[in-house]
Amino acid sequence: MSTATTTAADTQDKVNYLNVSKGIKSWLFTLDHKRIGILYLFSVMAMFLFGGILALSIRLELLNPGADMMTADTYNQIFTLHGAIMIFLFIIPSVPAILGNFVLPIQIGAKDVAFPRLNLASWYVYIAGAGLAIYSIIAGSVDTGWTFYTPYSTQVGGAVISMVLAVFILGFSSIFTGINFIATIHRLRAPGMTWYKMPLFVWGLYATAIIQVLATPVLGITLVLLILERAFGIGIFDPAMGGDPVLFQHFFWFYSHPAVYIMILPGMGVISELISTFSHRKIFGYKAIAYSSVAIAFLSFGVWGHHMFVSGQSQYATLIFSFLTFLVAIPSGVKMFNWVSTMYKGSITFETPMLFTLTFFFTFAIGGLTGIFLGATATDVHLTDTYFIVAHFHYVMMGGTIMAFFGGLYYWWPKIWGRMYNEAWGRISALLVFLGFNLTFFPQFVAGTQGMPRRYFMYPDKYQMLNVVSTTGSWVLALGLVIMAVVLIYAMGWGPKAPKNPWGALTLEWKIDSPPPPHNFEETPKVTHGPYDHDKVKVKPEKVGVPA
Amino acid sequence: MDTTGTFWMPQGASSIAGEVDALFYFIFWASVFFFLLVVGLSIYFIIKYRRREGREEATSHVDYNLKLEVIWTAIPIILVVIVFFWGFNTYMKMQVVPRDAIEIKVTGRQWMWLFDYPNGSNSINELVVPVDQPVKLTMSSEDVIHSFYIPQFRIKQDVLPSRYTITWFEATNTGKYDLYCAEFCGKGHSEMLATVKVVSQDQYAAFLEGAGMEGGEGMSLEQVGKQVYTSRACNTCHSIDGSPNVGPTFKDAYGHEVELSDGSTITVDENYIRESILEPKAKVVKGFQSVMPTFQGLVSERQIDGVIAYLKSLSEVKEVEQSE
Repeated sequence: MSTATTTAADTQDKVNYLNVSKGIKSWLFTLDHKRIGILYLFSVMAMFLFGGILALSIRLELLNPGADMMTADTYNQIFTLHGAIMIFLFIIPSVPAILGNFVLPIQIGAKDVAFPRLNLASWYVYIAGAGLAIYSIIAGSVDTGWTFYTPYSTQVGGAVISMVLAVFILGFSSIFTGINFIATIHRLRAPGMTWYKMPLFVWGLYATAIIQVLATPVLGITLVLLILERAFGIGIFDPAMGGDPVLFQHFFWFYSHPAVYIMILPGMGVISELISTFSHRKIFGYKAIAYSSVAIAFLSFGVWGHHMFVSGQSQYATLIFSFLTFLVAIPSGVKMFNWVSTMYKGSITFETPMLFTLTFFFTFAIGGLTGIFLGATATDVHLTDTYFIVAHFHYVMMGGTIMAFFGGLYYWWPKIWGRMYNEAWGRISALLVFLGFNLTFFPQFVAGTQGMPRRYFMYPDKYQMLNVVSTTGSWVLALGLVIMAVVLIYAMGWGPKAPKNPWGALTLEWKIDSPPPPHNFEETPKVTHGPYDHDKVKVKPEKVGVPA
Repeated sequence: MDTTGTFWMPQGASSIAGEVDALFYFIFWASVFFFLLVVGLSIYFIIKYRRREGREEATSHVDYNLKLEVIWTAIPIILVVIVFFWGFNTYMKMQVVPRDAIEIKVTGRQWMWLFDYPNGSNSINELVVPVDQPVKLTMSSEDVIHSFYIPQFRIKQDVLPSRYTITWFEATNTGKYDLYCAEFCGKGHSEMLATVKVVSQDQYAAFLEGAGMEGGEGMSLEQVGKQVYTSRACNTCHSIDGSPNVGPTFKDAYGHEVELSDGSTITVDENYIRESILEPKAKVVKGFQSVMPTFQGLVSERQIDGVIAYLKSLSEVKEVEQSE
């Protein structure tokens, strides 16, 4: 706390987006993309905390095979809440709405997004959707899992309608963000910022925005059909009225599978930034990475049926979905190889964001490769709906998106707050998160291949050893996350002053003050070099004012 | 219970298991290769190209290599196409039922499995099948979606309320195997367990003779009840140690007064037990959901008598004045 005052206070006296106006109103009615990013930061991280506590209690219950600390009903509600919160309220908005909002306009040299009011509206819509989602799950005691499969979901009162409504509202929030990003990227790039000079983070967000805008309306259709069924008795999903419950699964996954790519593509964008910056070398295969993002976005619409190989859908549909699923694996692999090649003959440093990037390589590789087992129809039959699935999507979502998000948080934290975090403690948190994550989720692959079904409140004794390891891992992971929270929060208020460019990165946000001025650029920047031209432009990382 | 098998896969026990496992291990070793390639290269690079004195600058500015891009696009494509065809080939074998299969009807119900055999007999939560004989399962659900999963047979198929789904297997070893419900179906999901008992042809024939016939000659009513308690899956929801589960415990139930969901009270006696087996929704004990299915037609008179005797044996009260 005492070290902060020892630095020269000249940067603090400058007007920046944080000190330009004060008071709660200046935040709640702000149109500044950076402040809206901060609003998202706090609300989304609150949801992460909530969802994380639920995850820990799930793991605690599963420490022993029998019923220990809660009833089956409570357990089922908790895993439903955990899934719904983490997917819809945390991961989907995490990278685009927090980091994207803050960084994207600056990276392309713009003063703000194209529609600042729409941007603020998206946050309010998010808050409304979040409120409705949590209310309907808790008040309606929804215990259907985040997938809301009919007809089970229609038995638990009307809560499934309000829940789908909540997801739809949240979908609008991401549509708003998506439209905003598309328009911003098309219209507001600074002079010289050609498409191929855009940072790959921007490409990732662009691909994401396309999916957000195209996939979300299907949820709206599902909602209308659910309401038609319940209000007017038209049988659509409910077999008692002549409907088909499998149809619901088709609709659900038509949105929710592209949503998986809404979650992962922005994370991949973050990784592209970090790997180049900390290898201090030009990114390898810029166009391959950019195009593969767009390829993933389009392919993502054709693979929803791979969630349904044993659902009773036609075997021919299964054939086609299996094939398309394998196709979508290719661009992800291409990205991976290009990232790794970026380190070739680089000059690599190991700050905390880089440690999260390396963690991403490790965990996302496992997440992606285990997807092959599930895309292959014959092995999927054995593995689907078991803990193998649970492990697989945690490796992709948490091991992929969230590791990238954490790396991005550490990376842009000095820019956002104008203060540095403690590197040593940051590294410790990254290490603990890496260990804890793998300890938690790797045993679940084995539990799954051995046959343990997911969403089990109690389980046969033979799976206990694996569950004990997994639960122990969850505590290590939690410890890592707590340390990370302390490191970041401490840095926010008391860290040493951050320079403009602590990493020696070349994208535009590192050319302006930390924290940025209210309108980002005093004068419109002219872009003369690419985002990763480390070979042409020499920028040394600036030293932090205080000895580390 | 078969506890052998590998670190990854439980011991296979069906005709298809070997093929599924072969594909599993092909993907497994291919994945291990690519994982080691990515992680190994990363480790090599971060050691070799870490920043150190005299190496403050990157020494290569190569940022594109068409040959490499083509190679690491093409090789994975070839591999996944192999995996795709291999997977689909095996999958089709899992889908196409051999002509000589015997047919067993499977019914999923919250939270039990019912099995109806070709000769009209039935069993609950225990599927008895002959070894080395294809068995076709025609499945449906009475309520929500369940999923029929036998890990050691490597088969799984969702069981729908709206239509029939079909799967089949041919067990290759006698023994007992776990059968799980793999699609979340509510409160008792993790207790919707059954056993697959694979027996010789002779034993299967003998089983069909006596299936659903617990309570044969020479057993006391209490023994009959004890047998029915597990064979008709009462134990899924009713404990005998006093702990409440989905339903009230059987311990000390008989002869005691319970409060019903409408606020009235009733003494648990012979008639109440009988009614609760045949019309479970008529008088539900307070604090429990009305979720028990009827056993009308699934239990004999002697078995009902047996359950009553069994409840008596679990209670200190042995005699009550009959309510009706």
